[in-house]
Amino acid sequence: MSTNREFFYRKLHSLLGVIPVGAFLIVHLTVNYFAVRGPEAYNQATHFMENLPFRYFMEVTLIFLPLIFHAVYGLYIAFQAKHNTSTYSYFRNWMFRLQRVTGVIVLIFVTWHVWETRVAAALGAEVNFNMMAEIVENPLALILYIIGITATTFHFANGLWSFAITWGITITPRSQQIATYVTLGVFVALTYIGIRSILAFVG
Amino acid sequence: MSEKTIQLVIKRQVDQNSEPYEEKFSIPYRANMNVISALMEIRRNPVNANGDETTAVAWDASCLEEVCGACSMIINGKPRQSCTALIDQLEQPIKLEPMHTFPVMRDLTVDRSRMFDSLKRVKAWVPIDGTYDLGPGPRMPEAKRQWAYELSKCMTCGVCLQACPNVNSKSEFIGPAALSQVRLFNAHPTGAMHKAERLETLMDGEGGLSNCGNSQNCVQACPKGIPLTTSIAALNRETTLQSFKNFFGTDHTA
Repeated sequence: MSTNREFFYRKLHSLLGVIPVGAFLIVHLTVNYFAVRGPEAYNQATHFMENLPFRYFMEVTLIFLPLIFHAVYGLYIAFQAKHNTSTYSYFRNWMFRLQRVTGVIVLIFVTWHVWETRVAAALGAEVNFNMMAEIVENPLALILYIIGITATTFHFANGLWSFAITWGITITPRSQQIATYVTLGVFVALTYIGIRSILAFVG
Repeated sequence: MSEKTIQLVIKRQVDQNSEPYEEKFSIPYRANMNVISALMEIRRNPVNANGDETTAVAWDASCLEEVCGACSMIINGKPRQSCTALIDQLEQPIKLEPMHTFPVMRDLTVDRSRMFDSLKRVKAWVPIDGTYDLGPGPRMPEAKRQWAYELSKCMTCGVCLQACPNVNSKSEFIGPAALSQVRLFNAHPTGAMHKAERLETLMDGEGGLSNCGNSQNCVQACPKGIPLTTSIAALNRETTLQSFKNFFGTDHTA
């Protein structure tokens, strides 16, 4: 066995981005969508999630640890690139750049979001419809949330596309082209769900 | 006779450690010139656009028919071979720069030895030397030979490394060219006997296959139209399977 773990770390980074972090993102956005049905439905849904058995164990193993690894190793990857979209303004080169830019945005957004909600909850605040409504009462916070959600869904959808290549699922140009359309659909659908939900908290 | 001229702006550098500078040249126009013949004109009469005597511009060239890769440089922003860069098709002033992903030796000459070292690292050949005649190797299906021929067009010119955002001073990434050669030699019926070894080099070595970030500039930039990104994705599948074999063990060694 070699001492170089780069291959393993890269593959792990790719895998964790989809399972469990990406899967969690879909669950999270779906639960948020209850806000569209009103405060009661939303509170009931979050209450259900809060009271899931093994909650802390699942939070740590399915969310926090994979997320931290993905974020830290992702930062290392992101700052290794020397962007050249001005010379090579191809679609994929822009996606390559945006993937790294959105990765950094998402890290900042998620840190802020966890601080405001999960850490606040740990310190005794109650997570409910009112909590989010108070946060997005501030128009600046609402704008930052919309940017954060869009960056997250983009990073996930485009990450799915490169996941398929990293694991050797899509090889031919045609399969990669089809994957582009599929992941574009994922991006549009998740962005709609995310933004519709956050707007439901506004007035 | 009208005095039609060609304007060139060349990024020059005295040696590996000195600072680059720009020098402008204005040379007489002739029909059907390429960048190489323009550089030869400067060598014949090394006078810059201000009329000052200067040193001749250094550059590399060999085959003059776009199969050796030696004359690659950045022409009007894009890396390509200067032998097939026709003056009549270029916007003037023509801007020439060395491919700065590689160490610049002088003016437009660069040291591409990292690419040749990579080919050695991945064993980009079919080892057949031995102590007795092994006889003819297995036959290759014609369809596969035609497919392999496309990959074999690689001339190690370095344009794909220049275009790749992940090949730079902060990264050890081996680059698309050598990766595609692994695919070529692993597909060869005799070369396939060293398939696992080549794959493991790409997995274990510093800056291996997994450093690819899928910007896919390489496949757009390749002057030979080699399906580099297809090779990379196919190797991703093969190394994934190889890593499972390495971890769990296998009774299927071929």
